[in-house]
Amino acid sequence: MSDVWVWIEHKDGQAASVSWEALGLARRLADEQNVSVVALAFGPSAAQAAQEAIERGADRALVCEDATLSEYRVEPYAGLLSKLAAERQPGFILAGATTRGTDIMGAASVDLRAGLLADVTEVSLDGGRVLATSPVYSGKLVATVTIPEPGDTPQLLTVRSRAFAAAERDASRSGEVETVEPALAEDDITVKVVGFEPAGNQVSLADAAIIVSGGRGVGGPEGFEPLRELAETLGAAIGASRAVVDAGWIPYEHQVGQTGKVVSPDLYIACGISGAVQHLAGMRTSKVIVAINSDPEAPIFKVAHYGIVGDLFEIVPALNEAFKQRLS
Amino acid sequence: MRVVVCTKETPDTAAKVQVTPEGMVTWGDAPLVINPWDEYAVEEAILLTERGATGTTVIGAGTEDTKEALKHALAMGIDEAVLVSDPVLQGADALVTSHVLAKAIEKVGDVGLAIFGKMTTDGGTGAVPVQVGRWLGWPTLTYVFKIREIDFGAGTITVERLLEEGKQIVQAKLPAVISVVKDINEPRYPSFMGIRKASRAQIPTWSAEDIGVDPAVVSKVTWPEVRELPQREGECEMIEAATAAEAAALLVDRLVEEKVI
Repeated sequence: MSDVWVWIEHKDGQAASVSWEALGLARRLADEQNVSVVALAFGPSAAQAAQEAIERGADRALVCEDATLSEYRVEPYAGLLSKLAAERQPGFILAGATTRGTDIMGAASVDLRAGLLADVTEVSLDGGRVLATSPVYSGKLVATVTIPEPGDTPQLLTVRSRAFAAAERDASRSGEVETVEPALAEDDITVKVVGFEPAGNQVSLADAAIIVSGGRGVGGPEGFEPLRELAETLGAAIGASRAVVDAGWIPYEHQVGQTGKVVSPDLYIACGISGAVQHLAGMRTSKVIVAINSDPEAPIFKVAHYGIVGDLFEIVPALNEAFKQRLS
Repeated sequence: MRVVVCTKETPDTAAKVQVTPEGMVTWGDAPLVINPWDEYAVEEAILLTERGATGTTVIGAGTEDTKEALKHALAMGIDEAVLVSDPVLQGADALVTSHVLAKAIEKVGDVGLAIFGKMTTDGGTGAVPVQVGRWLGWPTLTYVFKIREIDFGAGTITVERLLEEGKQIVQAKLPAVISVVKDINEPRYPSFMGIRKASRAQIPTWSAEDIGVDPAVVSKVTWPEVRELPQREGECEMIEAATAAEAAALLVDRLVEEKVI
């Protein structure tokens, strides 16, 4: 049995989009080797996520809704994944390269003494071994990464958001959903979740199809206002350069670049960002890059597809109006 | 109980990292510096000496080059440094690196908390902190941006973690492993005295045997090839118009034509 497993990251049955992208990749890997795709969903309403996984192409699903899994914690989640994998010996385990996906797969790699290919953006098979592409040096280079001798251990992969096409849903598909027992009892778990503060309704950078990003050219915290209005029109996330995060104009979770997030949206609109190498590393794989900057020599224009030289406080509101007209 | 920071050296973030015709990664004359994320880990360790930690140790696994990162940590104010270096560790993947660091942390002894930067800026999988925690059998709390409470006597820690969709507040027992993100503090610059002290520091080197590395734990992951990103094709198309409104309309037209919108 060298089935392809996918850990479905979900909240109350609603999966993260990267999980369906991982499932799409899992289906392809399984079809090439004539094996099955097994989805794993843990926590409240896991059965609902599992059902959707089957409709999106999984052959079977393993589900555990035990109370110890009600909040995500590495110990019970990775413990259960590793225990199931040790018993059933999948060939591959996939998850999204999210904070949780990285944690659970890192822990499982130690439990199973298995290799972990992290944050992959392309995958091919070479006689049962995965050859994956992974950005390294914070996106400045790309490496081919592989596990030459997996032996009897699974090959573990975390996949980058938006790098693979999501598996399509087909409600007519069916498959077996098996309920499994948890690996740990509450007394064995040393971490307790005491609270959660949601970040609000902001679009997350990793998932965003469009990002409107601001640099020093916005002039101050209030300079992000026209960018926010444009982002709202486009359903976009707000990004920022390191300089403005360091200046305290916008919180760190918006930072794009080497010490922030690496993103690759369909459209990246850089407003008043000069384009330091650290920033470019974080966004240069975006499909279309628009640069708005008052300095025609700014390095950002070297990676941009479209450029407008001028005052962003005139151009960004004008863009907002133009998009509004076009989208209405 | 002591606090340990694990670190390594990486090319300066401003470096242009390239691949030579022989396929080797190069950053030219750019200096090796402490992995930028680790400065936050070092700062947090130093701050914890005011919250009951009895001492601080920085550990790096690598080569003589790793001493650059260790000395930076000493110059900032860490008490002592250890280099783990051994020919058998060459080309170690995250699985082996994490095993080595876990063994080194055990050898330091009486460790209450091991702190990592969120990831490294080179081959960074971001998985090493959780892997180290797993090898040690300690709870691991990643992406921490605030230590709300830590009590080395009672052996408890409460932190805020930065997840994709909000802040998770979690409590764990010590000893524990944490990884920290940029928001947690403002790393200090090394003082002149600190730099002088660090430059004179004798940094002991531990071998794989010294710390009891299990030879059965072997690297699984290799990098058969590293390459530069393909150069973007075509020039930047500059949108020029008399007014901002006209330029905006032209740009929107182009984006619609390309089906971006």
